[in-house]
Amino acid sequence: MPLFWLRIALALYGFGLLYAVMAIWGERERLTRIMLPTVGLGTVFHFVSVIESVRLTDFDTSWSIHQFESLLAFLLMAFFFAIYARYRTASPGIAIFPLAFVLTLSAQSYSENSPTNPTPFHPVWIYVHVALVLVGYSALIVSFVASILYLIQERSLKAKGVARFWSRLPALATIDEIGYRCLIFGFPFMTFGLIAGSILAEAKFGAGYFKDPKILLSILMWVVYTILLYTRWSAGWRGRRAAYLATCAFAAAAVAWVANIRP
Amino acid sequence: MNFQLIGVNHNSAPVEVRERLAIPEAQLPDAIRTLVQQPGVDEGMVLSTCNRVELLTSTRQTTDLRDFLRSYFGVSPDALNSHIYEFEERDVVRHVFRVASSLDSMVVGEPQILGQVKEAYAIARGLGAVHSALEALLSRAFAVAKRVRNETAIGSSSVSISAVAVQLAEKIFGSLRNRTVYVVGAGKMAELAARHLIAHGAGTILFTNRTHERAVQLAEAFGGQAIPFERLYETVGRADIVLTSTGASEPLFRREHGEQLLSRRKNQPMFFIDIAVPRNIDPEMNRLDGMFVYDIDDLQAVTSSNSTERKKEAERAEKIIDVEVERFATRMKSLAVVPTILSLQEYCETIRQAEIDRIRGKLGTLTPEQEAAIDVMTRGIINKLLHTPITTLKSTAAEPEAATIHEIIRRIFNLNSNSNSGKPNK
Repeated sequence: MPLFWLRIALALYGFGLLYAVMAIWGERERLTRIMLPTVGLGTVFHFVSVIESVRLTDFDTSWSIHQFESLLAFLLMAFFFAIYARYRTASPGIAIFPLAFVLTLSAQSYSENSPTNPTPFHPVWIYVHVALVLVGYSALIVSFVASILYLIQERSLKAKGVARFWSRLPALATIDEIGYRCLIFGFPFMTFGLIAGSILAEAKFGAGYFKDPKILLSILMWVVYTILLYTRWSAGWRGRRAAYLATCAFAAAAVAWVANIRP
Repeated sequence: MNFQLIGVNHNSAPVEVRERLAIPEAQLPDAIRTLVQQPGVDEGMVLSTCNRVELLTSTRQTTDLRDFLRSYFGVSPDALNSHIYEFEERDVVRHVFRVASSLDSMVVGEPQILGQVKEAYAIARGLGAVHSALEALLSRAFAVAKRVRNETAIGSSSVSISAVAVQLAEKIFGSLRNRTVYVVGAGKMAELAARHLIAHGAGTILFTNRTHERAVQLAEAFGGQAIPFERLYETVGRADIVLTSTGASEPLFRREHGEQLLSRRKNQPMFFIDIAVPRNIDPEMNRLDGMFVYDIDDLQAVTSSNSTERKKEAERAEKIIDVEVERFATRMKSLAVVPTILSLQEYCETIRQAEIDRIRGKLGTLTPEQEAAIDVMTRGIINKLLHTPITTLKSTAAEPEAATIHEIIRRIFNLNSNSNSGKPNK
């Protein structure tokens, strides 16, 4: 059943994808009016799907990677709507929608009857660990998207040309605030998520677990995240430098994610 | 539909003519009352702004509005004739739609005109001078203006340098609230731009000038703070927006200044608006992350590209107006046959009632069922007879032969065209 709801959500996200593509061509205002309710409905169905998945979990086995993909996509959409509610801008959707669509597309390809992985850990804790880390990931991704939008807006303001499409992006200060707030919001989740993961791993495997490259990658990602936050806070790094750092953190996060799901 | 409009605007008449015709708001009611008292005038409205004076009427027969203009304002005919434009019927509809949509404005797309038209309408309506046809025309005009604004980007770009400066500042800082503006030098343009920034909510405003007294004057006028010119470099870091217009022959701010400012301000962006020639700010500074430098040419380039953009949008708006004029004309024509249809129905109903009354005496007492049967039968006959004339009237309302058909039907049924009362003529 979760799969059924997920597929409905996917179909509705298709509109979001269409929006992202059309936005590049410049047609946005009217599209936003149709897109928002449609994608919003998709997110509701997605939520139902996630809840059903949780309900069906027996906590003896781990979720498949596809279920985590689904959760990540849902969290991204939740971030999108939280930002929309606060700043009245749909611009981050240009990057978030395609990403959520691809994740959902991949997520719905699993079979409900496929055997799930038995987990060596105490099951509830692993869910806590993953959920926290995924919220952290989503915040990092959205912050990354914001820093790209910031760069584009900065370029277009400096170029002094009249680029019609980009001129509809929110103000530079607004994009900056979105990115910064997401970073701050995600940091405790990421930190506690990784701590939870470390405790689990150490309890099971001892200190040797920390020599695992994927664990090192996760730690590296966390370090870059911390640097990003620190430079922003202490020196006000934004724009290009922040975008570079966010790219590093994002890349480390992506590699860590891939490493974690393909043992 | 019998609309007539006469007027002058910024294109047709110089300001000397316009100001002689301008009607102060307090006098508007009097002007409107006088207008609707003219022979043949049913409804009237007067729009008087600094760029136009227009009299809009709905008339029973063609009225000489020029005559009214001359007598009301006491201007000689020769002084006016070459400056006046006059429209009738469909052209009035188009003109009113264009005015309300700001296509006829001096600065195409400026938003004030719609409010001015609405105000003029409210005054005339309050006096009872606008009720049926003009009411329909104006409420449609407001809807058209809204449509134009929604479907085109006609009002979305700024076309004056000060407005562009504000727009850019908002693109960088979002809201201008709590932002500090630093005005360096005291040019007229800088003053204008500062005024605009303040109007858009800029928080603190600082002034400096080589002649300190001038800075003090400006600070007093704008409720800002005057700073001695020697302290420019130590204080400029407080500002988010810096407006420069000094006569300095060398740039006041170079790249090095920009770098220092960025580190002092923790990389918070700064916006430099340089309206001085020669320039007060080294354009190299624009290369620094977080520094945005626009000189007078940059601002002008944005302004003129916005104007081109507006022209393109205005063309799209004109197409919308074409469609809307057509639609309105069709609607008005179909409304024009309504009185005839009503008279026709009333006419037949009167005959029916008279005939029933006449026969009732001969039939004696009737049971309620019999009464009902007679009623149903006579109504049926009338409805069937009237079906074709009514549908023909409706379906041909928008066609060229409508007037002929209309007239023929009125004559055949001998409908009193003056009273519309529906009483058959004896």
